[in-house]
Amino acid sequence: MTRLPPALVLGAALSGVFLIAALVSLVWVPHGVTGVSIATRLQPPSATHWLGTDQLGRDLLSMLMVGAQTSIAVALLAVGIGISLGVPLGLAAAANRGGWLDEIIMRGNDLIFAFPSLVIAILITARYGPSASNAILAIGIFNIPVFARVARGAALPLWTLDYILAARTAGKGRFRISAEHILPNIANLLIVQATIQFSLGILAEAALSYVGLGAQPPVPSWGRMLAEAQTMIYTHPMLAVLPGFAIVLTVLGLNLMGDGLRDVLDPRLRRGRA
Amino acid sequence: MARYLLTRALSLGLSLIVASVVIFALIEVIPGDPASYMMGLNATEENLAALRTELGLTGSAVERYLGWIGGMLTGDFGTSYTYRVPVADLVVDRIGVSLPLAIYALTLSTLIAFPIGIIAASRRGTWADHGIMGATQLGIAIPNFWFAMLLVLLFAVTLRWFSAGGFPGWSDPLAALKALTLPAVALALPQASILARVMRSALIDTLEQDYIRTARAKGLSRGQAIRRHALRNALIPVLTIIGLQFSFLIAGAIIIENVFFLPGLGRLIFQGITQRDLIVVESVTMLLVFAVILVTFLVDLAYALVDPRLRRG
Repeated sequence: MTRLPPALVLGAALSGVFLIAALVSLVWVPHGVTGVSIATRLQPPSATHWLGTDQLGRDLLSMLMVGAQTSIAVALLAVGIGISLGVPLGLAAAANRGGWLDEIIMRGNDLIFAFPSLVIAILITARYGPSASNAILAIGIFNIPVFARVARGAALPLWTLDYILAARTAGKGRFRISAEHILPNIANLLIVQATIQFSLGILAEAALSYVGLGAQPPVPSWGRMLAEAQTMIYTHPMLAVLPGFAIVLTVLGLNLMGDGLRDVLDPRLRRGRA
Repeated sequence: MARYLLTRALSLGLSLIVASVVIFALIEVIPGDPASYMMGLNATEENLAALRTELGLTGSAVERYLGWIGGMLTGDFGTSYTYRVPVADLVVDRIGVSLPLAIYALTLSTLIAFPIGIIAASRRGTWADHGIMGATQLGIAIPNFWFAMLLVLLFAVTLRWFSAGGFPGWSDPLAALKALTLPAVALALPQASILARVMRSALIDTLEQDYIRTARAKGLSRGQAIRRHALRNALIPVLTIIGLQFSFLIAGAIIIENVFFLPGLGRLIFQGITQRDLIVVESVTMLLVFAVILVTFLVDLAYALVDPRLRRG
């Protein structure tokens, strides 16, 4: 067993904290986050409210925990959309290299890449109403070409290898080869990419809910907590600082984890990353 | 070179057509009547009919699309439903904020990223390299709007060096630049982090090439070899990223303009969204997408200038 890269350990620990917080918040939070309690509003950290309370008297730690749940759910589902549509597209493009399908898929991907993603996400959520599900859709659409490109790029060289040739002479079709031989061999790269897209999804969700186009009240989300704190930045700066830290640490953790995973899963890269 | 230009120009045209169809479809075709969306729940049937006529929603989707695109091409972006002025006038007003902001941010990001990327690459593996790489990891993870809030907290609230938002107009260029400084820094930080990382890895790649060893063997110092040979070759991936960044800057500016209450195109889109002024949203979005696609095209042209191999291709 080789030693795990420190980036992976640190990244997993950082993002793990928020993942656990999100999971715990499904069954338990220190205080409810839907109730408004004016009597306890804007309190400093105390034994009852570890991080204090916000402008509506809600416990900040509880808000952050449930906010983690929102961020992670949105980003995870958006990654799910990207993988479930992008990977088959990329595999199909690689299996029919140079064919019309390949051409259409890759040109289509170029076009989506040329779009400023956030602008289109804003457009979708603006037209169909702001909600968490529209945010997932808007972020997810832009994950499709990313995964299609990674899957295609990784699958192409595999198609020239001997064992694929053996599978073809054994009479397996392109579809079966893609599913049985190509996919398991590119899974490592896809996992690394998924980590990166996950962290980008968290940032995108935060941006969308910051401008009011993500999860709607009373569902807490980090982005909207920041938006609400902005008007009180003069008097209660901590309200604006804490949700930001949550976002930064989660994203940083995921990015470090992605780098670490790449080192572990793809030994060819280790040499170049000394 | 001619063939390269031609294929690039064709793909530019194609991208624009597809982009416009997507935007049009999102706003006007797929479920829901734009007129009733704009007027809300209390609209009467007569008012809706009047608005549909005003918006030109009476024809078929194809007619409407062609009308919209034809208008955009001749500078007629439609009339804003809430402001009651041509959208083109609003755009001309607002572009004077958004474009300088994007350029300011891009300049800052390049000025920061180039030197630190070069330092990290040429001192690879040292504490300077590790420090820079750690800092850029952090820079990538920070949402620009939160960074903007922290800048306001430090420079506007605590130190009072800058105002927390607003824009005084270009009649006093210095005051205008000052108002754009915090927003530009907020936009530039994540971009600079990405760019510095790309600069570093591109430079490391080129520094391992044989021609660099040859240059060193000829007696050039490491710095001379970087300046004369490595940098130019490292510029290709860096240019790609700068081009891509323009698209992120545009998207980022939409949000940053809202943090700082800057009267730019991004704020115009959001005002359009909250006032359900779809004409403004549609035309301004198209304009932003056009800007992004055009920049991608210009970057492709810049490649040809940097890399003579492409000119022959």
